[in-house]
Amino acid sequence: MDNNIQSADIYALAPHHRFQWEEAQQSYVILFPEGMVKLHGGAGEVLKRVNGMATVADIVAELKAAFPDADDIENDILGMFDLALGKQWLRKV
Amino acid sequence: MTQNSLGDSVVQKTVHAQQNNGVAASATQTQPLWLLAEITYRCPLHCAFCYNPTDYDKHTQNELTTEQWIKTLREARKLGAIQLGISGGEPLLRDDIEEIVAEAHKLGYYSNLITSGVGLTEKRIQAFKDGGLDHIQLSMHDITEEINNFITNTKTFELKKKVAAMIKSHGYPMVLNVVIHRYNIGHMREILEMAEALGADFVELANTQYYGWSLVNRNQLMPTKEQIEEAERITNEFRAKTESKMKIFFVVPDYFADRPKKCMNGWGEVFMIVTANGDVLPCHSARVLPNMQFPNVKDDDLGWSWKDSPAFNKYRGDSWMKEPCRTCPEKEKDLGGCRCQAFLLSGDAEAADPVCALSPHHHLIEQAIIDAQNPQLQAQPIIFRNDKNSKKIIEGELEARVAEFHALP
Ligand code: SF4
Ligand code: SF4
Repeated sequence: MDNNIQSADIYALAPHHRFQWEEAQQSYVILFPEGMVKLHGGAGEVLKRVNGMATVADIVAELKAAFPDADDIENDILGMFDLALGKQWLRKV
Repeated sequence: MTQNSLGDSVVQKTVHAQQNNGVAASATQTQPLWLLAEITYRCPLHCAFCYNPTDYDKHTQNELTTEQWIKTLREARKLGAIQLGISGGEPLLRDDIEEIVAEAHKLGYYSNLITSGVGLTEKRIQAFKDGGLDHIQLSMHDITEEINNFITNTKTFELKKKVAAMIKSHGYPMVLNVVIHRYNIGHMREILEMAEALGADFVELANTQYYGWSLVNRNQLMPTKEQIEEAERITNEFRAKTESKMKIFFVVPDYFADRPKKCMNGWGEVFMIVTANGDVLPCHSARVLPNMQFPNVKDDDLGWSWKDSPAFNKYRGDSWMKEPCRTCPEKEKDLGGCRCQAFLLSGDAEAADPVCALSPHHHLIEQAIIDAQNPQLQAQPIIFRNDKNSKKIIEGELEARVAEFHALP
């Protein structure tokens, strides 16, 4: 992973990006100038919790509690942060 | 981890160009994710490279009302539209853009205003911001005032500098679109330097595509292949040395490629255009195509228009194709290119886009490139986009200049 995500890091949506539920897509999406990315289930769950206040550790804990049956989701979550940051959908607070 | 494990880029365009039909998108679901409102054809500028229909003068007296636009936005949103482009003409010539962007925001659109900047005031931009407009794209015509005035035929360059500053000061990303043609292609470095000085975040250098007015003026506007290569080289050099974060997109002109663009990402796939008078189109210039009746929001249900109207189904997918496209292994990549370009140049709307080197009409493109270097043809006057010339074209007075095309471009 390139972005060295730390559990104490706090992220927010990058400027000019919007996160919302899309009824027609039945999924969460990120909108930005002239583009849209449709988020797969897990990614939507992660980004829904990114609010400029929660730390990565908070989000991991919350998701573990919400999805107790999923194994080793921590790595997946960190991977999603890494990718979302790489795509510049997020900025570090 | 791949992008796929996170999400699909459904409509991921880099930056929209007024003339750029190309999108890099992956999905082929048929939902009108993009609603492009060509909200008026009135325009204070008279760009020679404008892709608007040459007969736009017919559509300046019968524009949709604010209520009709709002109803259209609502219905398109139900069909899945999420990105809204408000363009024209010059959208700011309508005084209800404030109302329209506010409604778009309430409906959950990500809204983009595409403007030349003429008519943007502090008061209006504040109202757009308050109403929830997400994004503004400013078209810049050139760096040198002289050339800028020549090509747009009006004095607007100083104003654009002011407008660029206004856009930035309201917290919008500064997105510049510069249409490239023979008269400014030699000024690439100056254009990029100016963009940087204005604090542009994105610059799209969009080579002219030949539709509408730019097709009529093709011999006057088309640069040489060498000029384009040089422009691209300068762009790359600038990218390499610049320390700024400015992102530069160089849109290669299709005439100099050997495969066509996947026009509009496919007919009736993701784009829905509603014109000033309410026509619903799969692409900006679709009205040039023969034997087609396009739906209109005044009379037809938008869901029917998108899903079931004969016009939207005519070139959807690939079952309409003939050879060489029908059996071509690359057909999913470009879907045979642009239907309008095929018809305008070859007279056959179902033919492969003549840009394709495999097309039996490819010689038409080669000839166009040669003609554009012919001093006699070059010397013909530019036909600027204005009401007078549009009337002339409607009345058939400029026949000689459009005779080689199979419809009024
Ligand atoms: S005349 Fe110029 S500014 Fe006006 S719509 Fe055409 S390209 Fe845009
Ligand atoms: S032959 Fe048709 S489908 Fe094949 S590359 Fe050319 S335009 Fe595309």
